[in-house]
Amino acid sequence: MKAMVYRSPYHIAVEQKAMPVIEHPNDAIVRVTLASICGSDLHLYHGMMPDTRSGTTFGHEFIGVVEQLGPSVQSLSPGDRVMVPFNVYCGSCYFCARGLYSNCHNVNPNATAIGGIYGYSHSCGGYEGGQAEYVRVPFADVGPMRIPEWLDDEDAVLLTDALPTGYFGAQLGDIVEGDTVVVLGAGPVGLFAARSAWLMGAGRVIVVDRLEYRLQKARDFALAETINFETVDDLVLELKHTTDGLGADVVIEAVGAEADGNRTQHFTATKLKLQGGSPIALNWAIDGVRKGGTVAVLGAYGPIFSAVKFGDAMNKGLTLRMNQCPVKRQWPRLLEHLRNGYFKPSDIVTHRVPLEEIGDAYEVFSRKQDGCIKTLVTLDAA
Amino acid sequence: MDPYTAGTERPAFDAEALRSRIPGWGADSDPADRPSVPRERFDPAATGAHWDVPVPQRGNGERERSIEHTQLPPVYGTALPLRGLSGAIRRSAYARYSEARAAHWLLLMAGDRVEAASVRLRRITGALAPMMRGRRSQAPHGERGGEGAAHPGHGERMRQGVPREQPGT
Repeated sequence: MKAMVYRSPYHIAVEQKAMPVIEHPNDAIVRVTLASICGSDLHLYHGMMPDTRSGTTFGHEFIGVVEQLGPSVQSLSPGDRVMVPFNVYCGSCYFCARGLYSNCHNVNPNATAIGGIYGYSHSCGGYEGGQAEYVRVPFADVGPMRIPEWLDDEDAVLLTDALPTGYFGAQLGDIVEGDTVVVLGAGPVGLFAARSAWLMGAGRVIVVDRLEYRLQKARDFALAETINFETVDDLVLELKHTTDGLGADVVIEAVGAEADGNRTQHFTATKLKLQGGSPIALNWAIDGVRKGGTVAVLGAYGPIFSAVKFGDAMNKGLTLRMNQCPVKRQWPRLLEHLRNGYFKPSDIVTHRVPLEEIGDAYEVFSRKQDGCIKTLVTLDAA
Repeated sequence: MDPYTAGTERPAFDAEALRSRIPGWGADSDPADRPSVPRERFDPAATGAHWDVPVPQRGNGERERSIEHTQLPPVYGTALPLRGLSGAIRRSAYARYSEARAAHWLLLMAGDRVEAASVRLRRITGALAPMMRGRRSQAPHGERGGEGAAHPGHGERMRQGVPREQPGT
């Protein structure tokens, strides 16, 4: 089969790989029909996630058709059109039993602090990803779900990570009606977090980024106010000014390890790899939220230390909330919202490419060229 | 409201205006009625799992694991077993240090860098060898051999000067 293959930082290719096989009685083999490139895939592409092995296939956002099932699978049949959450999880461990699907203890030998994620390095379990014609899906009775007939493929693939993660972030913010919510980052997750903040009853939603085309999307899609942090001298001061000196009630950090805005932090994290991630956005969140407020962290960081301003967080009495999103918990309500027509997730898609052009697509996404916000990858192995 | 006075309990906002401007505004406004609230909800029957403990996947159990795991988890990825110098470095990270130790992660990063250097070296030698034989450059070799029939990305094509349609010419 054809698959995207990572060779070394900034170097990927499309190569022939062996077909996946059933390795556990509850496995499925899914023929991927549509995948997407996540902003967090860029952390892998840039060599920031420990134990990213040469030869691995990325991709944790994908949908497809069930090709083959292990003998214990009860809920799916070959030919079913399914969406697969980015979490690999067993459904029966201490954490899954409590709804913490992203923190499953039974699927990642390489780390106890991290659950299982498709195509996201051996630190996340060493699973092959979905930017390939076929992929092994463990625990087929737990994770995947048949896609409702009325749901478009492009909307469905965004339900495997970006949309539920943004929606989850708004929930982590514990938003109450009338709150002022600041979202740092106008990538797909930030856009969905901003749109979701309205669902929670926010009174104001302000999106911060440095790329004007993304801020335009935040105004058009997320119906938010925007601030370009490159046009202001001090973002935190700007946030204080626009909230009468209080700070925002809730700040949602949707940037992660490669945040811009401070050269020292960015260089030591992304170039020297001396930090688990550049904590610029995280520190802006801590300093920009009001005392007693809540910071929700959605950005992905590596597992080593980062220079976070923890003293400010303590002195301000903040609540810091974070996790990888337990995707399937979000689906029933999100499907209801989409069916009600509140918004159309695929409105944020800017690029559609065949698998053969995925190398170009990563480069365009990484360099933020051509107005790129979200890239979908089409496959046609049938 | 300003931070120097008590203000009102909640800021003034026009819910009707927001509802008319923003489809779905307030649909999830009850904080107790959200999918991830409460954060922990004990309900093992809700996941679809029909086992108490998953049976182990096939394999010989020889798989590197965090020393914080008391046993090998039943399911895991089988791609790319540890091998070579980078594998030895990574193996030492898993064998000796918990996830709490910086050495664990720094060794894993070191393994990544060693492997990446090896890949680059192979690409360079792969590109130079045919030139030294007086021939045009071939398509790049995969690091592990056998995967070399690549469709290189844009940057790769630019560096190699090989059109995608004609690899190996």
